Amino acid sequence: MSLEQLSRDKIESARRDAALWREEFSIFKADEKYVTRRQLTKFLTLTSLAMFAGNFWILTKSWLRKMTVYPARAVARVGEIPVGGVKLFKYPGPNDQCIMVRTSEDQYVAYSQKCTHLSCAVYYAREKNQLICPCHNGVFSLKDGSVIQGPPPRPLPRVVLDRRGSDLIAIRMQDMPES
Amino acid sequence: MDNEREDRHVTQNRGLGAIDGAMSLILVLLIVQIWLVSATLNSYLAGFDDPVLPGAIISGILFAGCFGLYRFVTGVEKRSGGPR
Repeated sequence: MSLEQLSRDKIESARRDAALWREEFSIFKADEKYVTRRQLTKFLTLTSLAMFAGNFWILTKSWLRKMTVYPARAVARVGEIPVGGVKLFKYPGPNDQCIMVRTSEDQYVAYSQKCTHLSCAVYYAREKNQLICPCHNGVFSLKDGSVIQGPPPRPLPRVVLDRRGSDLIAIRMQDMPES
Repeated sequence: MDNEREDRHVTQNRGLGAIDGAMSLILVLLIVQIWLVSATLNSYLAGFDDPVLPGAIISGILFAGCFGLYRFVTGVEKRSGGPR
Protein backbone atom coordinates (compact mmCIF):
# COMPACT_ATOMS: atom_id res chain seq x y z
CA MET A 1 0.00 0.00 0.00
CA SER A 2 1.44 3.31 -1.06
CA LEU A 3 1.77 6.28 1.22
CA GLU A 4 -0.73 8.23 -0.87
CA GLN A 5 -3.29 5.42 -0.65
CA LEU A 6 -2.79 5.24 3.13
CA SER A 7 -3.43 8.96 3.65
CA ARG A 8 -6.51 8.80 1.37
CA ASP A 9 -7.88 5.97 3.51
CA LYS A 10 -7.23 7.99 6.65
CA ILE A 11 -9.11 11.00 5.24
CA GLU A 12 -12.04 8.79 4.23
CA SER A 13 -12.10 7.21 7.67
CA ALA A 14 -12.03 10.64 9.30
CA ARG A 15 -15.03 11.69 7.14
CA ARG A 16 -16.94 8.59 8.17
CA ASP A 17 -16.12 9.28 11.84
CA ALA A 18 -17.30 12.87 11.52
CA ALA A 19 -20.58 11.73 9.99
CA LEU A 20 -21.04 9.21 12.78
CA TRP A 21 -20.26 11.88 15.34
CA ARG A 22 -22.88 14.18 13.81
CA GLU A 23 -25.48 11.42 13.86
CA GLU A 24 -24.82 10.45 17.44
CA PHE A 25 -24.56 13.99 18.80
CA SER A 26 -27.05 15.84 16.65
CA ILE A 27 -26.92 19.18 18.38
CA PHE A 28 -28.69 21.75 16.26
CA LYS A 29 -28.37 25.43 16.93
CA ALA A 30 -32.09 25.89 16.29
CA ASP A 31 -32.94 23.34 19.00
CA GLU A 32 -30.89 25.34 21.47
CA LYS A 33 -32.83 28.50 20.53
CA TYR A 34 -36.13 26.69 21.03
CA VAL A 35 -35.27 25.75 24.59
CA THR A 36 -34.14 29.23 25.61
CA ARG A 37 -37.17 30.89 23.99
CA ARG A 38 -39.52 28.42 25.63
CA GLN A 39 -37.93 29.04 29.01
CA LEU A 40 -38.13 32.80 28.57
CA THR A 41 -41.78 32.54 27.49
CA LYS A 42 -42.53 30.44 30.55
CA PHE A 43 -40.77 32.99 32.76
CA LEU A 44 -42.75 35.87 31.22
CA THR A 45 -46.02 33.98 31.65
CA LEU A 46 -45.22 33.26 35.30
CA THR A 47 -44.40 36.95 35.81
CA SER A 48 -47.77 37.76 34.30
CA LEU A 49 -49.36 35.34 36.78
CA ALA A 50 -47.53 37.12 39.61
CA MET A 51 -48.90 40.48 38.40
CA PHE A 52 -52.41 39.03 38.35
CA ALA A 53 -51.88 37.68 41.87
CA GLY A 54 -50.76 41.18 42.91
CA ASN A 55 -53.92 42.74 41.49
CA PHE A 56 -56.02 40.08 43.22
CA TRP A 57 -54.23 40.79 46.51
CA ILE A 58 -55.05 44.52 46.17
CA LEU A 59 -58.67 43.58 45.48
CA THR A 60 -58.76 41.40 48.61
CA LYS A 61 -57.22 44.18 50.71
CA SER A 62 -59.77 46.61 49.33
CA TRP A 63 -62.66 44.30 50.31
CA LEU A 64 -61.17 43.74 53.76
CA ARG A 65 -60.79 47.49 54.23
CA LYS A 66 -64.46 48.00 53.42
CA MET A 67 -65.40 45.33 55.94
CA THR A 68 -63.13 46.63 58.72
CA VAL A 69 -65.06 47.41 61.87
CA TYR A 70 -63.43 50.19 63.87
CA PRO A 71 -63.98 50.29 67.61
CA ALA A 72 -65.70 53.36 69.05
CA ARG A 73 -63.40 54.68 71.73
CA ALA A 74 -63.32 57.78 73.90
CA VAL A 75 -60.08 59.57 73.09
CA ALA A 76 -60.51 62.86 74.95
CA ARG A 77 -62.89 64.87 77.05
CA VAL A 78 -64.46 68.07 75.79
CA GLY A 79 -62.45 71.01 77.08
CA GLU A 80 -59.52 68.82 77.98
CA ILE A 81 -57.28 70.66 75.54
CA PRO A 82 -57.31 74.42 74.95
CA VAL A 83 -58.09 76.03 71.59
CA GLY A 84 -55.00 75.51 69.43
CA GLY A 85 -53.90 72.72 71.73
CA VAL A 86 -52.89 69.22 70.74
CA LYS A 87 -53.47 65.77 72.14
CA LEU A 88 -51.84 62.57 70.97
CA PHE A 89 -53.72 59.30 71.21
CA LYS A 90 -53.62 55.81 69.73
CA TYR A 91 -56.38 54.67 67.38
CA PRO A 92 -57.55 52.14 66.15
CA GLY A 93 -54.67 49.89 67.27
CA PRO A 94 -52.23 50.37 70.14
CA ASN A 95 -49.46 51.22 67.65
CA ASP A 96 -51.42 53.68 65.51
CA GLN A 97 -50.44 57.11 66.76
CA CYS A 98 -52.91 59.92 66.02
CA ILE A 99 -52.93 63.65 66.61
CA MET A 100 -55.95 65.73 67.66
CA VAL A 101 -56.11 69.50 67.39
CA ARG A 102 -58.78 71.76 68.85
CA THR A 103 -59.25 74.28 66.07
CA SER A 104 -61.97 76.40 67.71
CA GLU A 105 -64.16 76.47 70.77
CA ASP A 106 -66.26 73.52 69.64
CA GLN A 107 -64.30 72.04 66.73
CA TYR A 108 -61.80 69.21 66.87
CA VAL A 109 -59.93 67.46 64.08
CA ALA A 110 -57.84 64.33 64.32
CA TYR A 111 -55.53 62.59 61.87
CA SER A 112 -53.13 59.71 61.78
CA GLN A 113 -49.77 61.08 62.87
CA LYS A 114 -47.85 58.99 60.34
CA CYS A 115 -46.75 61.00 57.33
CA THR A 116 -47.90 59.31 54.11
CA HIS A 117 -44.42 59.77 52.66
CA LEU A 118 -42.11 57.78 54.92
CA SER A 119 -44.14 57.48 58.13
CA CYS A 120 -42.38 60.18 60.17
CA ALA A 121 -44.53 61.73 62.88
CA VAL A 122 -46.22 64.97 61.86
CA TYR A 123 -46.62 67.84 64.34
CA TYR A 124 -48.96 70.79 64.59
CA ALA A 125 -47.43 74.18 63.72
CA ARG A 126 -49.75 76.62 65.45
CA GLU A 127 -48.35 79.77 63.79
CA LYS A 128 -49.06 78.32 60.32
CA ASN A 129 -52.10 76.30 61.35
CA GLN A 130 -50.72 73.29 59.47
CA LEU A 131 -49.50 69.79 60.15
CA ILE A 132 -45.84 69.49 59.24
CA CYS A 133 -43.60 66.51 58.72
CA PRO A 134 -40.10 67.53 59.81
CA CYS A 135 -38.28 64.77 57.90
CA HIS A 136 -38.81 66.07 54.35
CA ASN A 137 -40.86 69.24 54.92
CA GLY A 138 -44.18 67.73 53.97
CA VAL A 139 -47.06 70.06 54.84
CA PHE A 140 -50.67 68.98 55.35
CA SER A 141 -53.79 71.09 55.67
CA LEU A 142 -55.31 71.04 59.13
CA LYS A 143 -58.76 71.46 57.59
CA ASP A 144 -58.91 68.18 55.65
CA GLY A 145 -55.45 66.59 55.87
CA SER A 146 -54.68 67.23 52.19
CA VAL A 147 -51.10 67.69 51.03
CA ILE A 148 -50.15 71.35 50.67
CA GLN A 149 -46.52 70.88 49.76
CA GLY A 150 -43.66 68.41 49.89
CA PRO A 151 -43.19 64.79 48.90
CA PRO A 152 -46.16 63.06 50.62
CA PRO A 153 -48.20 61.34 47.91
CA ARG A 154 -51.49 61.16 49.79
CA PRO A 155 -53.50 63.06 52.41
CA LEU A 156 -53.36 62.03 56.05
CA PRO A 157 -56.03 59.48 57.04
CA ARG A 158 -58.63 61.24 59.14
CA VAL A 159 -60.05 60.03 62.45
CA VAL A 160 -63.79 60.63 62.44
CA LEU A 161 -64.82 62.05 65.82
CA ASP A 162 -68.21 62.14 67.45
CA ARG A 163 -69.19 64.12 70.52
CA ARG A 164 -71.16 62.15 73.06
CA GLY A 165 -71.87 64.13 76.17
CA SER A 166 -68.57 65.31 77.49
CA ASP A 167 -66.55 62.72 75.59
CA LEU A 168 -64.98 62.83 72.16
CA ILE A 169 -65.35 59.41 70.58
CA ALA A 170 -63.23 58.17 67.70
CA ILE A 171 -65.57 56.24 65.42
CA ARG A 172 -63.48 55.20 62.43
CA MET A 173 -60.58 56.04 60.13
CA GLN A 174 -61.30 57.69 56.82
CA ASP A 175 -58.90 57.83 53.88
CA MET A 176 -59.33 61.21 52.33
CA PRO A 177 -59.35 61.17 48.52
CA GLU A 178 -56.61 63.12 46.82
CA SER A 179 -57.67 66.57 45.73
CA MET B 1 -31.62 12.10 4.92
CA ASP B 2 -30.12 15.52 4.16
CA ASN B 3 -33.34 16.76 2.57
CA GLU B 4 -35.30 15.63 5.59
CA ARG B 5 -32.92 17.49 7.87
CA GLU B 6 -33.10 20.59 5.69
CA ASP B 7 -36.91 20.52 5.69
CA ARG B 8 -36.88 20.23 9.44
CA HIS B 9 -34.47 23.15 9.65
CA VAL B 10 -36.70 25.35 7.47
CA THR B 11 -39.82 24.44 9.48
CA GLN B 12 -37.97 25.15 12.69
CA ASN B 13 -36.88 28.57 11.47
CA ARG B 14 -40.47 29.42 10.53
CA GLY B 15 -41.53 28.24 13.98
CA LEU B 16 -38.89 30.47 15.53
CA GLY B 17 -40.35 33.47 13.73
CA ALA B 18 -43.82 32.71 15.12
CA ILE B 19 -42.38 32.17 18.59
CA ASP B 20 -40.47 35.46 18.45
CA GLY B 21 -43.68 37.26 17.49
CA ALA B 22 -45.63 35.61 20.32
CA MET B 23 -42.87 36.47 22.79
CA SER B 24 -42.92 40.12 21.75
CA LEU B 25 -46.67 40.18 22.26
CA ILE B 26 -46.33 38.58 25.71
CA LEU B 27 -43.75 41.22 26.60
CA VAL B 28 -46.11 44.03 25.58
CA LEU B 29 -48.97 42.48 27.59
CA LEU B 30 -46.66 42.09 30.58
CA ILE B 31 -45.55 45.73 30.47
CA VAL B 32 -49.21 46.82 30.40
CA GLN B 33 -49.92 44.48 33.32
CA ILE B 34 -47.03 45.87 35.40
CA TRP B 35 -48.29 49.39 34.76
CA LEU B 36 -51.80 48.26 35.73
CA VAL B 37 -50.62 46.82 39.06
CA SER B 38 -48.71 49.99 39.99
CA ALA B 39 -51.65 52.23 38.98
CA THR B 40 -54.15 50.10 40.91
CA LEU B 41 -51.92 50.01 43.99
CA ASN B 42 -51.44 53.77 43.87
CA SER B 43 -55.18 54.27 43.58
CA TYR B 44 -55.89 51.84 46.45
CA LEU B 45 -53.36 53.54 48.73
CA ALA B 46 -54.87 56.92 47.86
CA GLY B 47 -58.23 55.72 49.20
CA PHE B 48 -59.95 55.15 45.85
CA ASP B 49 -61.36 51.65 45.68
CA ASP B 50 -63.31 52.07 42.44
CA PRO B 51 -60.52 51.08 39.97
CA VAL B 52 -59.47 48.02 42.01
CA LEU B 53 -62.07 45.55 40.69
CA PRO B 54 -61.75 46.53 36.98
CA GLY B 55 -57.96 46.46 37.43
CA ALA B 56 -58.09 42.88 38.72
CA ILE B 57 -60.43 41.78 35.90
CA ILE B 58 -58.27 43.36 33.18
CA SER B 59 -55.14 41.89 34.77
CA GLY B 60 -56.80 38.45 34.64
CA ILE B 61 -57.63 38.94 30.96
CA LEU B 62 -54.03 39.97 30.24
CA PHE B 63 -52.75 36.90 32.08
CA ALA B 64 -55.15 34.71 30.07
CA GLY B 65 -53.70 36.29 26.92
CA CYS B 66 -50.14 35.57 28.05
CA PHE B 67 -51.07 32.00 28.94
CA GLY B 68 -52.75 31.52 25.56
CA LEU B 69 -49.64 32.78 23.79
CA TYR B 70 -47.49 30.46 25.90
CA ARG B 71 -49.66 27.53 24.82
CA PHE B 72 -49.33 28.77 21.24
CA VAL B 73 -45.53 28.79 21.58
CA THR B 74 -45.43 25.22 22.90
CA GLY B 75 -47.87 24.17 20.16
CA VAL B 76 -45.74 25.73 17.41
CA GLU B 77 -42.70 24.06 18.89
CA LYS B 78 -44.35 20.64 18.74
CA ARG B 79 -45.70 21.14 15.22
CA SER B 80 -42.35 22.28 13.85
CA GLY B 81 -40.48 19.35 15.37
CA GLY B 82 -38.63 21.20 18.08
CA PRO B 83 -37.24 19.37 21.09
CA ARG B 84 -39.77 17.67 23.35
